[in-house]
Amino acid sequence: MKRIKGGEEASGGESPPEACKKLRTEISEESEAKAAGESPLCDWSLLPQEILLHIFQYLPLLDRAYASQVCRGWNEAFHMPELWRCFEFELNQPASSYLKATHPDLIKQIIKRHSNHLQYVSFKVDSSTESAEAACDILSQLVNCSLKTLGLISTARPSFMEVPKSHFISALTVVFVNSKSLSSLKIDDTPVDDPSLKVLVANNSDTLKLLKMSSCPHVSPAGILCVADQCHGLRELALNYHLLSDELLLALSSEKHVHLEHLRIDVVSENPGQHFHTIKKSSWDAMVRHSPKFNLVMYFFLYEDEFGPFFNDEIPITHLYFGRSVSKEVLGRVGLHCPRLVELVVCANGLRPLDEELIRIAKHCTQLSAIGLGECEVSCSAFVEFVKMCGRRLSQLSIMEEVLIPDHKYSLDEIHWEVSKHLGRVWFPDMMPTW
Amino acid sequence: SLALCAAAITMAPNSIHWFRKGLRLHDNPALREAVRGAGTVRCVYFLDPWFAGSSNVGVNRWRFLLQCLEDLDASLRKLNSRLFVIRGQPANVFPRLFKEWKISRLTFEYDSEPFGKERDAAIKKLAMEAGVEVIVKISHTLYDLDKIIELNGGQPPLTYKRFQTLISRLDPPEMPVETLSDALMGGCVTPVSEDHGEKYGVPSLEELGFDTEGLPSAVWPGGETEALTRIERHLERKAWVANFERPRMNANSLLASPTGLSPYLRFGCLSCRLFYFKLTDLYRKVKKNSSPPLSLYGQLLWREFFYTAATNNPRFDKMEGNPICVRIPWDKNPEALAKWAEAKTGFPWIDAIMTQLRQEGWIHHLARHAVACFLTRGDLWISWEEGMKVFEELLLDADWSVNAGSWMWLSCSSFFQQFFHCYCPVGFGRRTDPNGDFIRRYLPVLRGFPAKYIYDPWNAPESVQAAAKCIIGVHYPKPMVHHAEASRLNIERMKQIYQQLSRYRGLGEEMKSNHLYRLLGRGSPKKFKMVATFIADLHF
Repeated sequence: MKRIKGGEEASGGESPPEACKKLRTEISEESEAKAAGESPLCDWSLLPQEILLHIFQYLPLLDRAYASQVCRGWNEAFHMPELWRCFEFELNQPASSYLKATHPDLIKQIIKRHSNHLQYVSFKVDSSTESAEAACDILSQLVNCSLKTLGLISTARPSFMEVPKSHFISALTVVFVNSKSLSSLKIDDTPVDDPSLKVLVANNSDTLKLLKMSSCPHVSPAGILCVADQCHGLRELALNYHLLSDELLLALSSEKHVHLEHLRIDVVSENPGQHFHTIKKSSWDAMVRHSPKFNLVMYFFLYEDEFGPFFNDEIPITHLYFGRSVSKEVLGRVGLHCPRLVELVVCANGLRPLDEELIRIAKHCTQLSAIGLGECEVSCSAFVEFVKMCGRRLSQLSIMEEVLIPDHKYSLDEIHWEVSKHLGRVWFPDMMPTW
Repeated sequence: SLALCAAAITMAPNSIHWFRKGLRLHDNPALREAVRGAGTVRCVYFLDPWFAGSSNVGVNRWRFLLQCLEDLDASLRKLNSRLFVIRGQPANVFPRLFKEWKISRLTFEYDSEPFGKERDAAIKKLAMEAGVEVIVKISHTLYDLDKIIELNGGQPPLTYKRFQTLISRLDPPEMPVETLSDALMGGCVTPVSEDHGEKYGVPSLEELGFDTEGLPSAVWPGGETEALTRIERHLERKAWVANFERPRMNANSLLASPTGLSPYLRFGCLSCRLFYFKLTDLYRKVKKNSSPPLSLYGQLLWREFFYTAATNNPRFDKMEGNPICVRIPWDKNPEALAKWAEAKTGFPWIDAIMTQLRQEGWIHHLARHAVACFLTRGDLWISWEEGMKVFEELLLDADWSVNAGSWMWLSCSSFFQQFFHCYCPVGFGRRTDPNGDFIRRYLPVLRGFPAKYIYDPWNAPESVQAAAKCIIGVHYPKPMVHHAEASRLNIERMKQIYQQLSRYRGLGEEMKSNHLYRLLGRGSPKKFKMVATFIADLHF
């Protein structure tokens, strides 16, 4: 029996030694009758490729690489196309990241031998421009690729924005043009622009299902409208508020268009006192009529006085995140105008209790099942009332301990029993260390 | 006659009590064992390394320690004894001392930290070889931490609630033992030479290499005497308020309090058990109720929680190779880190806190949350290990377990801590201290700004800046990040990481934490499904 070199530790699932042991026991049970001294029947080189493939799929890449050094047969298995459908390129520089990068030799090998096998690819880059440029270089070489999924992910600062725009665009265009079957595209925080979106649409309009492009400053509302008009299979879309328009919503709710599943909008303030446009209620209504089950996810990063254009009319938000301080008044409007609300997170409010606002939300937002409160204040009694009204539909209740203000009815130690009672499970607030 | 000879040969032991933490004479069971029936006792403290410059400890921490040692020495003098401060490493020096002083008994307080356990195991071996009896007693923590771990099936609890549940099932902590006194010393003496001061005296800051010119007096004076005064004041204040609830945060809470106890607990000038029992007694007296809630001991229990989490994990202070720490792709950015550490971020709330930290050695726990969040998951996306090192240098009450644990907690790297909530470096301060007095106190350059602009002076019109004689970008830095943009980016980052983790929902706590390290970043997902939820459901 050939010895297995290296590959001692294999995490997850069965490791080759384990698989070998099993096979060995089975065979030795059969051949117990044979005299000692005879060589065992199993010859590892006879292990079928499908089984090898199955086993290799459990191994992390490094262990697989060790296994591939054992013999020619295993080396061939290592290079089977099925093992190269998914790949995540990790591009890090020691000066800017603690994590290891994908080895440059491995990258060369992949481009040489496997670029036409790749279908689901992502690039994780750190905050250095070199890493983002390296990603673009690799992209440019994926000429023979027919990608279904592409993700450009900056894990720290958005380094794709530091790459010269033309270099980035030409690299991305290589993929858009050659893939012709892109389904999932994640290009947040990149310098993608309207012309490149046109190229995307020209080549992939039949297949595009997911487009995530928050914080792409070079795209205009017209650019994204082009995507919505042509890509009728688009189910999931993420973008910034400045790209949102009535036309876009109508395009997404046109008859030809599939049901939308997920629309995520980031509302970010560049400068204090920034003015934001409004979206007509009729546009939202059209969306709901066309896609009754869609999730509308909105992240707000605004100053308190910039909420004027929002929540004055009914809006079909399902997941609402307030990343900065939001006033009582705005939360009051949320209670009135967000009947589809499922999840609400308030990072901060102020020093006046949100009792009325919460109760109103409990009353009107009958789908609410998750709430998170950061630096806010709620009296214990109002909080208990809120939980009582929501009842067991509240599957996630994440309240910082400091939020709850004890009153004549409840102290902090008593409140968690009351709340647990109404929720039907043990509950307690989120704690932070106090030392 | 044989018995008489034997009795003559068996002399009363010569003891060494080895001070490390536990710098006190009250509630010190190991010290108690050192003097019990002993002929001589010598209390030693090793200063290792000798030169301050070579370790990551700032001047406030050194000064606090030296004051603790001076206080010990003074208290021991009253018992006709002295403290022996020894330069060098215990492993090198102990064999010589065992011989020179004819030692047959060594006592010390149990140190639960992994490095401490390793060091002590080596010393125990040396002692055994030299025929020295070693007695170790637990008194730095309320409980025997190994018992808590045992009760939890061999793993430390990773949520505070689980921890509270476990300790409520344990017997209450042991009562503090009596303070060392003449009576307890009995016949035990300490041989003190003429040149004790030169050989074994407590060094001064100057001798350690610090330049003390212009150094303001300590806001937190070290020592057991100070600690015992403070605890009385602390309890008086609690009794007067007759309220054991968590006090509401206000501007005053940010300032150093004469009843603050955390540095004294860290160095062991104050026994945590003494504090525990005094709190219990007071509560029973005031509330006429015999069972205090666990929340009464919050400060002590958090400390205990982190000690328990760390005791069997030598990599507790690291991200790599730490089974309970999420691998987050933090940014390496020395310039940004330096700005944070040196109070030059351009955010007055952050800079004032970091200034107070460097000047005085203590900041309020909510202030810690604010600066920790800013450095890590909130704004700068820099590793919590860097922040931990800065706190280690500057913060009086930061010891290894508590510091590392708190940083992991605050950066949402462990303990199933929710990440959705972010502290705003402008708003949080403004809500805590609307007038901005804290800012003006620690950043005098901003004194001229009105409350309206003191938290975000870059938004003040030029006329206001000119009137304040402080132009932003000239006399005080511009903000180093755009907070709205940074927090948007970072919440997205955290979400990416936690989405991968939530795939393992339903696994047991231990399995999850063992897998966290190995299963992150495994290959590319086939589809990018957008997950709507922000609130990661990792609770069990």
